[in-house]
Amino acid sequence: MAESTTQSVITDEMRAQIGVEGPATLHEVTSTGCRLFARAVGHTDLVFYDPDVARERGYRDILAPPGYLGTPVYRPGGRGEGGAGAPMGGGLKIPYKRILNGGTTYEYMEPICAGDVISSRSQVAEFQERTGSIGPMLIVYRETTYTREDGTVVAKMYGNIIHY
Amino acid sequence: MADQVFFDDVEVGQAIPDLRKNCSTQQLVVWAGASGDFYQIHYDANFAKRTGLDNIIVHGALKHAFLGQVLHDWVAPEGRIEKFGCQYRGMDYPDQDITCGGVVTKKYVENGRNVVELDVWTENPNGQKTTPGTARVVLPSRG
Repeated sequence: MAESTTQSVITDEMRAQIGVEGPATLHEVTSTGCRLFARAVGHTDLVFYDPDVARERGYRDILAPPGYLGTPVYRPGGRGEGGAGAPMGGGLKIPYKRILNGGTTYEYMEPICAGDVISSRSQVAEFQERTGSIGPMLIVYRETTYTREDGTVVAKMYGNIIHY
Repeated sequence: MADQVFFDDVEVGQAIPDLRKNCSTQQLVVWAGASGDFYQIHYDANFAKRTGLDNIIVHGALKHAFLGQVLHDWVAPEGRIEKFGCQYRGMDYPDQDITCGGVVTKKYVENGRNVVELDVWTENPNGQKTTPGTARVVLPSRG
Protein backbone atom coordinates (compact mmCIF):
# COMPACT_ATOMS: atom_id res chain seq x y z
CA MET A 1 0.00 0.00 0.00
CA ALA A 2 2.78 2.44 0.89
CA GLU A 3 4.80 3.42 -2.15
CA SER A 4 6.99 6.08 -0.59
CA THR A 5 10.30 5.42 1.11
CA THR A 6 9.26 7.26 4.27
CA GLN A 7 8.17 5.06 7.11
CA SER A 8 4.50 4.14 7.04
CA VAL A 9 2.21 5.84 9.56
CA ILE A 10 -0.47 3.18 9.08
CA THR A 11 -0.64 1.12 12.25
CA ASP A 12 -2.24 -2.27 12.79
CA GLU A 13 -4.81 -0.48 14.92
CA MET A 14 -5.71 1.74 11.95
CA ARG A 15 -5.79 -1.21 9.54
CA ALA A 16 -8.21 -2.96 11.88
CA GLN A 17 -10.62 -0.04 11.38
CA ILE A 18 -11.05 -0.74 7.65
CA GLY A 19 -14.63 -1.80 6.99
CA VAL A 20 -15.78 -1.20 10.57
CA GLU A 21 -18.88 0.98 10.71
CA GLY A 22 -18.73 3.92 13.08
CA PRO A 23 -21.57 5.22 15.27
CA ALA A 24 -24.75 6.51 13.64
CA THR A 25 -25.32 10.23 13.11
CA LEU A 26 -28.91 11.42 12.72
CA HIS A 27 -29.75 13.96 10.00
CA GLU A 28 -33.07 15.80 9.73
CA VAL A 29 -34.14 16.83 6.23
CA THR A 30 -36.40 19.81 6.94
CA SER A 31 -38.13 22.14 4.49
CA THR A 32 -36.22 25.06 6.06
CA GLY A 33 -32.93 23.17 5.68
CA CYS A 34 -33.67 22.39 2.02
CA ARG A 35 -34.56 26.02 1.27
CA LEU A 36 -31.51 27.41 3.05
CA PHE A 37 -29.17 25.01 1.24
CA ALA A 38 -30.81 25.74 -2.15
CA ARG A 39 -30.64 29.48 -1.47
CA ALA A 40 -26.94 29.28 -0.48
CA VAL A 41 -26.14 27.51 -3.75
CA GLY A 42 -28.36 29.82 -5.83
CA HIS A 43 -30.84 27.22 -7.08
CA THR A 44 -33.81 28.70 -8.97
CA ASP A 45 -35.92 25.52 -9.43
CA LEU A 46 -38.96 25.80 -7.14
CA VAL A 47 -38.88 22.03 -6.54
CA PHE A 48 -36.36 22.88 -3.76
CA TYR A 49 -38.58 25.56 -2.20
CA ASP A 50 -42.30 24.87 -2.74
CA PRO A 51 -43.97 21.62 -1.60
CA ASP A 52 -46.84 22.04 -4.12
CA VAL A 53 -44.40 22.29 -7.04
CA ALA A 54 -42.48 19.28 -5.69
CA ARG A 55 -45.68 17.18 -5.37
CA GLU A 56 -46.78 18.12 -8.90
CA ARG A 57 -43.43 16.77 -10.06
CA GLY A 58 -44.04 13.46 -8.27
CA TYR A 59 -42.00 13.99 -5.10
CA ARG A 60 -43.37 13.38 -1.59
CA ASP A 61 -42.40 16.90 -0.44
CA ILE A 62 -39.75 19.56 -1.17
CA LEU A 63 -36.82 17.83 -2.90
CA ALA A 64 -33.49 18.04 -1.07
CA PRO A 65 -31.02 19.87 -3.36
CA PRO A 66 -28.05 17.85 -4.70
CA GLY A 67 -25.46 17.49 -1.95
CA TYR A 68 -27.92 18.09 0.92
CA LEU A 69 -28.53 14.97 3.00
CA GLY A 70 -30.09 16.72 5.97
CA THR A 71 -28.72 18.65 8.91
CA PRO A 72 -26.93 16.61 11.59
CA VAL A 73 -28.86 16.81 14.86
CA TYR A 74 -26.86 19.11 17.12
CA ARG A 75 -26.23 18.61 20.83
CA PRO A 76 -23.94 20.87 22.86
CA GLY A 77 -20.64 19.10 23.41
CA GLY A 78 -21.61 16.37 20.96
CA ARG A 79 -19.63 15.03 18.05
CA GLY A 80 -21.07 17.67 15.73
CA GLU A 81 -19.62 20.52 17.81
CA GLY A 82 -16.97 21.53 15.30
CA GLY A 83 -19.28 21.60 12.30
CA ALA A 84 -18.61 19.72 9.10
CA GLY A 85 -14.84 19.73 9.67
CA ALA A 86 -15.08 17.91 12.98
CA PRO A 87 -15.45 14.27 11.99
CA MET A 88 -12.50 14.42 9.57
CA GLY A 89 -10.00 12.86 11.98
CA GLY A 90 -12.55 10.16 12.69
CA GLY A 91 -10.89 9.05 15.93
CA LEU A 92 -7.86 7.64 14.09
CA LYS A 93 -4.45 8.35 15.62
CA ILE A 94 -2.81 10.09 12.67
CA PRO A 95 0.52 11.85 13.31
CA TYR A 96 -0.02 14.57 10.67
CA LYS A 97 -1.49 17.84 11.96
CA ARG A 98 -2.98 19.34 8.81
CA ILE A 99 -5.83 18.13 6.68
CA LEU A 100 -7.30 18.87 3.26
CA ASN A 101 -10.62 17.67 1.91
CA GLY A 102 -9.55 15.73 -1.18
CA GLY A 103 -12.89 15.09 -2.77
CA THR A 104 -16.53 14.14 -2.37
CA THR A 105 -18.93 11.97 -4.35
CA TYR A 106 -22.60 11.40 -3.60
CA GLU A 107 -24.60 8.53 -5.04
CA TYR A 108 -28.40 8.62 -4.76
CA MET A 109 -30.50 5.47 -4.67
CA GLU A 110 -33.75 7.30 -3.84
CA PRO A 111 -34.88 10.93 -3.89
CA ILE A 112 -34.47 12.61 -0.48
CA CYS A 113 -37.32 14.90 0.55
CA ALA A 114 -38.23 17.26 3.38
CA GLY A 115 -39.56 15.27 6.32
CA ASP A 116 -37.04 12.44 5.93
CA VAL A 117 -34.95 11.47 8.92
CA ILE A 118 -31.72 9.82 7.86
CA SER A 119 -29.14 7.89 9.81
CA SER A 120 -25.57 7.84 8.51
CA ARG A 121 -22.70 5.50 9.33
CA SER A 122 -19.14 5.87 8.06
CA GLN A 123 -16.35 3.40 7.60
CA VAL A 124 -12.78 3.63 6.38
CA ALA A 125 -12.50 1.96 2.98
CA GLU A 126 -8.78 2.36 2.35
CA PHE A 127 -5.57 4.11 3.41
CA GLN A 128 -3.05 5.34 0.86
CA GLU A 129 0.34 6.92 1.48
CA ARG A 130 2.11 9.16 -1.00
CA THR A 131 4.73 11.84 -1.09
CA GLY A 132 3.72 14.93 -3.01
CA SER A 133 4.64 18.59 -3.25
CA ILE A 134 3.33 19.11 0.29
CA GLY A 135 5.49 16.28 1.65
CA PRO A 136 4.43 12.87 2.89
CA MET A 137 0.70 12.40 3.18
CA LEU A 138 -1.86 9.88 4.24
CA ILE A 139 -5.10 9.72 2.28
CA VAL A 140 -8.06 8.24 4.13
CA TYR A 141 -10.92 7.03 1.91
CA ARG A 142 -14.27 6.79 3.67
CA GLU A 143 -17.68 5.53 2.67
CA THR A 144 -20.80 6.74 4.42
CA THR A 145 -24.17 5.04 4.04
CA TYR A 146 -27.37 7.06 4.55
CA THR A 147 -30.43 5.08 5.61
CA ARG A 148 -34.00 6.38 5.95
CA GLU A 149 -36.11 5.45 8.99
CA ASP A 150 -37.94 2.76 6.98
CA GLY A 151 -34.60 1.00 6.41
CA THR A 152 -34.14 2.11 2.78
CA VAL A 153 -30.57 3.06 1.84
CA VAL A 154 -31.10 6.41 0.11
CA ALA A 155 -27.54 7.54 -0.58
CA LYS A 156 -23.85 6.83 -0.23
CA MET A 157 -21.01 9.27 0.14
CA TYR A 158 -17.46 8.54 -0.91
CA GLY A 159 -14.93 11.00 0.43
CA ASN A 160 -11.22 11.29 0.93
CA ILE A 161 -9.30 13.36 3.44
CA ILE A 162 -5.62 14.16 2.95
CA HIS A 163 -3.54 14.29 6.16
CA TYR A 164 -0.09 15.87 5.83
CA MET B 1 -34.32 26.68 -16.86
CA ALA B 2 -34.43 25.30 -20.38
CA ASP B 3 -36.85 22.74 -21.83
CA GLN B 4 -36.53 19.05 -20.99
CA VAL B 5 -33.45 17.33 -22.42
CA PHE B 6 -34.20 13.87 -23.83
CA PHE B 7 -31.86 10.87 -23.86
CA ASP B 8 -32.44 10.42 -27.61
CA ASP B 9 -31.00 13.86 -28.38
CA VAL B 10 -27.84 13.60 -26.26
CA GLU B 11 -24.52 12.89 -27.99
CA VAL B 12 -21.14 11.91 -26.58
CA GLY B 13 -18.88 14.95 -26.64
CA GLN B 14 -21.80 17.33 -26.20
CA ALA B 15 -21.27 20.17 -23.72
CA ILE B 16 -24.00 21.00 -21.24
CA PRO B 17 -24.93 24.67 -20.68
CA ASP B 18 -22.45 26.49 -18.44
CA LEU B 19 -23.40 27.99 -15.10
CA ARG B 20 -21.52 31.12 -14.05
CA LYS B 21 -21.03 31.73 -10.33
CA ASN B 22 -19.35 34.55 -8.45
CA CYS B 23 -19.48 34.19 -4.66
CA SER B 24 -19.94 37.23 -2.46
CA THR B 25 -18.66 36.90 1.09
CA GLN B 26 -22.35 36.97 2.06
CA GLN B 27 -22.99 33.85 -0.02
CA LEU B 28 -20.15 32.07 1.81
CA VAL B 29 -21.75 32.98 5.14
CA VAL B 30 -25.14 31.68 3.98
CA TRP B 31 -23.39 28.49 2.86
CA ALA B 32 -21.60 28.16 6.22
CA GLY B 33 -24.99 28.21 7.94
CA ALA B 34 -26.63 25.87 5.43
CA SER B 35 -23.84 23.30 5.42
CA GLY B 36 -22.74 23.53 9.05
CA ASP B 37 -19.11 24.16 7.98
CA PHE B 38 -18.05 27.04 10.23
CA TYR B 39 -14.29 26.85 9.55
CA GLN B 40 -13.12 30.49 9.70
CA ILE B 41 -10.90 30.35 6.58
CA HIS B 42 -14.17 30.78 4.65
CA TYR B 43 -15.34 34.09 6.17
CA ASP B 44 -12.65 35.64 8.40
CA ALA B 45 -9.88 37.16 6.24
CA ASN B 46 -7.53 37.74 9.21
CA PHE B 47 -7.90 34.14 10.28
CA ALA B 48 -7.36 32.92 6.69
CA LYS B 49 -4.17 35.01 6.34
CA ARG B 50 -2.81 33.70 9.65
CA THR B 51 -3.07 30.17 8.20
CA GLY B 52 -1.02 31.26 5.19
CA LEU B 53 -3.81 31.84 2.68
CA ASP B 54 -4.01 35.00 0.52
CA ASN B 55 -7.66 35.57 1.36
CA ILE B 56 -10.75 33.68 2.45
CA ILE B 57 -11.51 30.81 0.10
CA VAL B 58 -14.70 29.32 -1.30
CA HIS B 59 -15.80 26.08 0.44
CA GLY B 60 -14.99 23.00 -1.63
CA ALA B 61 -18.38 21.55 -0.79
CA LEU B 62 -20.08 24.66 -2.22
CA LYS B 63 -18.30 24.11 -5.54
CA HIS B 64 -19.46 20.49 -5.36
CA ALA B 65 -23.01 21.78 -4.83
CA PHE B 66 -22.59 24.14 -7.84
CA LEU B 67 -21.86 21.03 -9.93
CA GLY B 68 -25.10 19.61 -8.52
CA GLN B 69 -26.89 22.71 -9.77
CA VAL B 70 -25.42 22.69 -13.29
CA LEU B 71 -26.42 19.01 -13.56
CA HIS B 72 -29.87 19.51 -12.04
CA ASP B 73 -30.64 22.44 -14.32
CA TRP B 74 -29.67 20.30 -17.33
CA VAL B 75 -31.73 17.19 -16.43
CA ALA B 76 -34.78 18.86 -14.80
CA PRO B 77 -37.70 18.53 -14.60
CA GLU B 78 -37.89 14.80 -15.43
CA GLY B 79 -34.29 13.63 -15.29
CA ARG B 80 -32.45 12.67 -12.14
CA ILE B 81 -28.90 12.93 -10.82
CA GLU B 82 -27.75 9.47 -9.69
CA LYS B 83 -24.16 10.24 -8.78
CA PHE B 84 -21.86 13.25 -8.85
CA GLY B 85 -18.52 13.99 -7.32
CA CYS B 86 -15.33 15.97 -7.66
CA GLN B 87 -11.77 16.29 -6.44
CA TYR B 88 -10.72 19.53 -4.75
CA ARG B 89 -7.61 20.49 -6.71
CA GLY B 90 -7.43 24.25 -6.42
CA MET B 91 -8.72 27.16 -4.40
CA ASP B 92 -11.30 29.70 -5.52
CA TYR B 93 -11.82 33.13 -4.01
CA PRO B 94 -14.85 35.39 -3.45
CA ASP B 95 -15.69 37.98 -6.13
CA GLN B 96 -14.09 35.86 -8.86
CA ASP B 97 -15.95 33.99 -11.56
CA ILE B 98 -16.38 30.24 -11.12
CA THR B 99 -17.64 28.65 -14.33
CA CYS B 100 -19.34 25.28 -13.94
CA GLY B 101 -19.45 23.04 -17.00
CA GLY B 102 -19.73 19.50 -18.21
CA VAL B 103 -19.38 17.28 -21.26
CA VAL B 104 -21.09 13.95 -22.05
CA THR B 105 -18.65 11.02 -22.02
CA LYS B 106 -21.00 7.99 -22.35
CA LYS B 107 -24.64 7.12 -22.94
CA TYR B 108 -26.25 3.71 -22.57
CA VAL B 109 -29.43 1.91 -21.50
CA GLU B 110 -29.08 -0.26 -18.40
CA ASN B 111 -31.93 -2.03 -16.58
CA GLY B 112 -34.41 0.16 -18.44
CA ARG B 113 -32.64 3.36 -17.34
CA ASN B 114 -31.36 5.89 -19.88
CA VAL B 115 -27.96 6.60 -18.38
CA VAL B 116 -25.67 9.48 -19.33
CA GLU B 117 -22.20 9.90 -17.85
CA LEU B 118 -20.34 13.19 -17.86
CA ASP B 119 -17.11 14.88 -16.93
CA VAL B 120 -17.89 17.99 -14.88
CA TRP B 121 -15.77 20.77 -13.44
CA THR B 122 -15.54 24.26 -12.06
CA GLU B 123 -13.07 26.56 -13.77
CA ASN B 124 -11.37 29.68 -12.41
CA PRO B 125 -10.74 32.93 -14.39
CA ASN B 126 -7.34 31.54 -15.54
CA GLY B 127 -9.02 28.56 -17.17
CA GLN B 128 -7.82 26.09 -14.52
CA LYS B 129 -10.23 23.34 -13.50
CA THR B 130 -10.18 23.65 -9.71
CA THR B 131 -12.75 20.89 -9.05
CA PRO B 132 -12.74 18.24 -11.79
CA GLY B 133 -15.23 15.44 -11.37
CA THR B 134 -17.65 12.99 -12.92
CA ALA B 135 -21.40 12.44 -12.86
CA ARG B 136 -24.08 9.93 -13.80
CA VAL B 137 -27.62 11.05 -14.60
CA VAL B 138 -30.74 9.43 -16.04
CA LEU B 139 -32.89 11.13 -18.67
CA PRO B 140 -36.37 10.50 -20.08
CA SER B 141 -36.71 9.37 -23.71
CA ARG B 142 -39.01 10.85 -26.32
CA GLY B 143 -42.35 9.08 -26.76
